[in-house]
Amino acid sequence: MSSSIREAEAIVAPMAARVTTLPSRVAANTTSGHGIARNPGMKLDLGFLESVRNVNRSALERRAGTINKRRSIKADNQAAWLLRAISLMDLTTLNSNDTDERVRRLCAKALNPLRADIAEGLDLGDTKIRPAAVCVYHPFVATAVAALKGSGVHVAAVSTAFPHGLAPLKTRLQEIEASVADGADEIDVVIPRGLVFGARWQELYDEIVAMRAACGEAHLKVILGTGDLATLRNVMLASMVAMMAGADFIKTSTGKESVNATLPVGLVMVRAIRAYFEETGYLIGFKPAGGISTAKASLDWMVLMKEELGRPWLEPELFRFGASSLLTDIERQLEHHLTGHYSANHRHAMA
Amino acid sequence: MNILERYAAMDYGPAPEARNEADAWVAARDFDKSLFIAGEWRAAKDGKRFDTSDPATGKLLAKVSDAGAADVDAAVAAAGKALPKWSAKSGFERAKILYAIGRGMQRHQRLLAVLETLDNGKPIRESRDIDVPLAIRHFIHHAGWAQALDREFPDHKPAGVVGQIIPWNFPLLMLAWKIAPALAAGCTVVLKPAEFTPLTAILFAEICARAGVPKGVVNILPGGPDAGAALVEHAGVQKIAFTGSSEVGKIIRRATAGSGKKLSLELGGKSAFIVFEDADLDSAVEGLVDGIWFNQGQVCCAGSRLLVQEGIADAFIAKVKARMGKLIVGSPLDKNTDIGPLVDRTQLDRVRGLVAEGAKQGAECWQPDCALPETGYFHLPVLATGVAPANVLAQEEVFGPVLAAMTFRTTEEAIELANNTRYGLAASVWSENINLAVHAAPQLKAGVVWINGTNMFDAACGFGGYRESGFGREGGKEGMFEYLASKPPYGPAIKPDSEAAAAAPADSDATGIDRTAKLYVGGKQVRPDGSYSMAVVNTKGRLAGEVGLGNRKDIRDAVSAARACKAWPAATGYNRAQVLYFLAENLSARSDEFSARIADLTGVSAKAAGAEVEASVERLFYYAGMADKFEGRVHQPPARAVTLALHEPVGVVGIVAGDAAPLLGLVSLVAPALAMGNTVVAVPSRRHALVATDLYQVIETSDLPAGALNIVTGKAAELAGVMAKHDDIDGLWVVADADTCKNAEAQSTGNLKRVWTSNGRSLDWASGAAAGDEFLRRAIEVKNVWVPYGD
Repeated sequence: MSSSIREAEAIVAPMAARVTTLPSRVAANTTSGHGIARNPGMKLDLGFLESVRNVNRSALERRAGTINKRRSIKADNQAAWLLRAISLMDLTTLNSNDTDERVRRLCAKALNPLRADIAEGLDLGDTKIRPAAVCVYHPFVATAVAALKGSGVHVAAVSTAFPHGLAPLKTRLQEIEASVADGADEIDVVIPRGLVFGARWQELYDEIVAMRAACGEAHLKVILGTGDLATLRNVMLASMVAMMAGADFIKTSTGKESVNATLPVGLVMVRAIRAYFEETGYLIGFKPAGGISTAKASLDWMVLMKEELGRPWLEPELFRFGASSLLTDIERQLEHHLTGHYSANHRHAMA
Repeated sequence: MNILERYAAMDYGPAPEARNEADAWVAARDFDKSLFIAGEWRAAKDGKRFDTSDPATGKLLAKVSDAGAADVDAAVAAAGKALPKWSAKSGFERAKILYAIGRGMQRHQRLLAVLETLDNGKPIRESRDIDVPLAIRHFIHHAGWAQALDREFPDHKPAGVVGQIIPWNFPLLMLAWKIAPALAAGCTVVLKPAEFTPLTAILFAEICARAGVPKGVVNILPGGPDAGAALVEHAGVQKIAFTGSSEVGKIIRRATAGSGKKLSLELGGKSAFIVFEDADLDSAVEGLVDGIWFNQGQVCCAGSRLLVQEGIADAFIAKVKARMGKLIVGSPLDKNTDIGPLVDRTQLDRVRGLVAEGAKQGAECWQPDCALPETGYFHLPVLATGVAPANVLAQEEVFGPVLAAMTFRTTEEAIELANNTRYGLAASVWSENINLAVHAAPQLKAGVVWINGTNMFDAACGFGGYRESGFGREGGKEGMFEYLASKPPYGPAIKPDSEAAAAAPADSDATGIDRTAKLYVGGKQVRPDGSYSMAVVNTKGRLAGEVGLGNRKDIRDAVSAARACKAWPAATGYNRAQVLYFLAENLSARSDEFSARIADLTGVSAKAAGAEVEASVERLFYYAGMADKFEGRVHQPPARAVTLALHEPVGVVGIVAGDAAPLLGLVSLVAPALAMGNTVVAVPSRRHALVATDLYQVIETSDLPAGALNIVTGKAAELAGVMAKHDDIDGLWVVADADTCKNAEAQSTGNLKRVWTSNGRSLDWASGAAAGDEFLRRAIEVKNVWVPYGD
């Protein structure tokens, strides 16, 4: 408990400045470097876990309900924040009918997310603002890696029997290894939610440790499936166990649960991240996913990060949106910012 | 900065709320005629005006008519003229108008919000999201009370013409809290907004005119203290409602003494914010932001005293400081501003002075390192640690963004610290353990308790204080009573007790064994401190006996005994009921003896005396039965929360009973007080004191715990004054001559005890109307405990 988040900002500030510039980042399908000290994990500390279980839903909802009434981003700042949202995006396709061609199209959009006249209007010059990663099922990892080669855009694979996580552990781990072998440098795993209901923390911890080991240098994002976890207390406890086990990111949802990422859930998870930082000094990333489809919603989430965690969590090393249709809405808003006209979806290239 | 630089910086940047509509409204108005009287816009009779300015810049907004005594006369006359028709309207008719006001405000809510922020300096987020929506909610909620009035409040009528004086911290919201229930009850209103912030009240009057409020029903008089004083003292006003400082509240209490005006006071506070070790600490930190940095801390119920359990204190304070570093102090019109300017230079100076004094007395005052605007009355948020209970920052209401932090070890200590204040407005309790939270809430001397929340308000829930935070409630059913009057069964005026009569010598006819009637204090018969006695004379002029002449030290002892009696307030209602039934049983067993005594002392027939004893037994029975039935309510605010409106005893209640019906009159006052769990110091009729002293043996055989009921015989006028000035008496009921009643009210300001008097009249105690809910309601405080829930 030696450090505060403000100190974290001071620690990370030089680093943040470094990682802001996309070209300096490491390209996809190389094996190392996410620009931040990786969480080594810690022993499963049930005493510490117990100390974070006090989560008050009503109070959290009040905070989540007013946080975006307290902050407002207008005009050029809003345009800049929306560009930031693009850079924080895991552009995602996770449909049963995905094909290689569909994934190539998505990658093409990732490489050129903005219409040329918009990029020009915003005076971006040579600066390429692109999504942080493309996120696909395992069979399309190789396709994405090839399509994004040299671009700096990461390739993320959902894994471990996504979205339910109920396959045998052995095959789930093999799935990770296969995706890493194909070139994925980020692995989004799911937890078996039943372990949370049963408070089988040791089992959950051991599984995630094994997953982390299977990832090797690839970054591990642990999806909690918060829509299934019923209480915010469960979300807090599962978040903490995932971080203790070595998660680089904790992520809300698969997008397949009936309830997607909500701000109260996000608030609990970022507070878990803060508590873990205060305990260990390590910075963990956060990824809300599912249902984030409007530019306004992306601003809401970024405000949450800045208010509760601070500026470092507005870098792709520490914050991602899982999103598919968000990009188009951001493009429309940026066009409106430049022209004063409200735009239409069909005026922007689809993914 | 270009877009890419902004992309790197990720700052919020300015987000100013447009003010052009508000400026246009101000520019178009003739503020020379800002008094809204009888539906017309008038200039002040003496032509005076005062300035109202924008506290963020110090710039003048408008020169507003300054009401004087002549304008108050005109407004009260207009309200008086409008009263008969307005109060005679059907509930539905009044409901339609309240509804129209609410909707009218809703249609102009952004204009109201921007004006409020311009005039007061509160952040636009607060005026837009909190003040104005709550004000609207108040009118729409009270439309329902208007329509339900006859059914919900039988035997009540409107209080009459109401004078209302509101502060500058929530100008529109306080206006709504005052006007909505008054109109619903059928009262007409003269309201004086604060000098610093008259603008939204003026816009409100425009909305009233458009909403079809009949002329004279709502009168708005911008003005200063002179107008306020004229309103308080005006003979045409039947009720005063005031929100403001305890200092002015006390002045009003004195000024209205003996006038018969109803009075409700909502005053200052030094509310505790208690964080137990099992709280959701991050949420508690956000609670503090809403508790002490809401409206720059210029909130009467601000959680200004942080009490945090020792084991988590360091971690919690670190979190508070980190959060303070994120607060944005700036232009109140900017949507990103958390803390705007204080309302005025005088307020800024006061806050600075108190912080400096607190630091001098040993508090460590910490401020975050954040930018302040160059103009305007801004003050950085302050966290004061190492604050001793005696420090000025722990004792005085700062009314600024200053939090005083202390630690505690146990729940008992937390409650002791929380209650270690003259105030009693609100408290917050943070714990995830519902057993602990619901255990703490009733022990806190505060009119509002928020569990895991803070500064939650709603029209359906009562708000108001204990102790020197004032009396009366605003909001909820309990708030409606403040604007309604029931007619007690008054009898003839009571003549002052003459010293000569009290000292008259007389001879005795006694033949039995001599009896010494003492005082009854702490469950024992004790001799009076002064060792003097006074004669009780029967109607034949013969000495019936001698009783102790109680003095101020006897009252002191009796109050100590009443305060020390913990068993009675803690007893269950059923338990209290059984004791009161037993008292009735034992009284009934000795009814012949009491009848004879009453007949001898008062000269009534044996039959009438027997009837008085029988009625006394019946009354004891009635209140015994009500001990477990006069219950609170559960309010339903528009949130996932229940608000428990608990009925709690007032505390130590002083009672001065009149001479008429010496037994029934005493029982009719003592029984409801005891039934609700108060402990009592009673001064019985001087002339017929033996009736009361005869009761000692009845009390002693009835299982009433020692100290629950104490009886001090003596001179009513003198002892009423002693009790009025005793700062450990919470309530005082006086049936006596007009001067004694007036003095009791005027002298009660030391601790602002709740005083009820018969205003110089006797009461017909035999009437059924003397045993209604009136005395039960007087015997309780309504505490609203907010319990948000969800898992």
